[in-house]
Amino acid sequence: MAPPTRAGDYPFAPVDRVNAELFTLTYGAIVRQLLTDFEEVEEVNKQLDTMGYNIGVRLIDDFLAKSNITRCSEFKDTAEVIAKVGFKMFLGVSATVSNWSADGSECSLILDDNPLADFVELPDTCQGLFYCNILCGVIRGALEMVSMRTEVKFVKDMLRGDDAFEIRLKLLEQVAEEYPYKDDE
Amino acid sequence: MPGGGREVAESCVDSLNLELVATYCKRLHPNKPELAARRIEAIGYQVGLQLAERYTKERPRFADHLEAIKFICKDFWAEVFRKQVDNLKTNHRGVFVLQDNKFRWLTRISVDSAPPGEAAQMDVNAAANASRASQAAGQYLYFPCGLIRGALTNLGVACAVSAEVSTLPACSFVVRVKV
Repeated sequence: MAPPTRAGDYPFAPVDRVNAELFTLTYGAIVRQLLTDFEEVEEVNKQLDTMGYNIGVRLIDDFLAKSNITRCSEFKDTAEVIAKVGFKMFLGVSATVSNWSADGSECSLILDDNPLADFVELPDTCQGLFYCNILCGVIRGALEMVSMRTEVKFVKDMLRGDDAFEIRLKLLEQVAEEYPYKDDE
Repeated sequence: MPGGGREVAESCVDSLNLELVATYCKRLHPNKPELAARRIEAIGYQVGLQLAERYTKERPRFADHLEAIKFICKDFWAEVFRKQVDNLKTNHRGVFVLQDNKFRWLTRISVDSAPPGEAAQMDVNAAANASRASQAAGQYLYFPCGLIRGALTNLGVACAVSAEVSTLPACSFVVRVKV
């Protein structure tokens, strides 16, 4: 299948949608509680990433069931699908894919609008916190379920004063699918 | 009602709730269920405070506790859980019981079923499963208990909130107003 070129190229099945307020405020309260529990922002970043990973591992089923996408033949397609279908389906915003590395194993997902960060302003004491780090975990967890080992991290964060949110996505290894049985040949 | 037309998939809210419980009950405090419960309740409380603030921006103050509770049963419930409370009872002495026969956040809970036994034991297994399901469900009610307490606190009703699961997905929240 040709890579998608614009948002909406993959018409996905309607998903139940709810007002984002509850989601955004719940996430904010979780981050706040983690900051109280751990004090170290580095540890909070790690916790958020782990939470995201666990969510991603489960969410991929929901995604595959509803997205109507077909197999991505290369990593470029995968990145586009995450940006245009994944983000859109779950968070209602889409991302742009850019800054590809020469070997095509690394790219950036750029978001200039992010419901997780609504109503959020970080105090100076939270320097070093990647507030939306859960997103990295979600992507990593979801991709691992479709045989891709990745490294995902924030490199730009509007809450830190950058002009956009930029998530760096690096493909480490494409694990060959193993079948539990041998084909009759 | 609430401002901002932004929407997210409901599975985002569900996933976050599930993972919140898994994080505190299984990962961070596996041996301290009460501490985990307090943390999750505190998170719900915070969210409840903020939501009630937003949902009541354009409203006059509530005349009494009953009015505030009714607002929670109707408008707040509809916004957060997408239906209204099915039954509200009170002893007129500060205790209110809010019963929801199909609580949204419990509709998708399941537990691993007991190992298959003899046919004769089926009923016993079913009963055991039901009780384990109720137990598991309890963990998912810390957050809504906090949510309700936070919302009511914001509306001027200081209270304690606890929850009871009868048969999934029905549950009741007991609000005890502090005097």
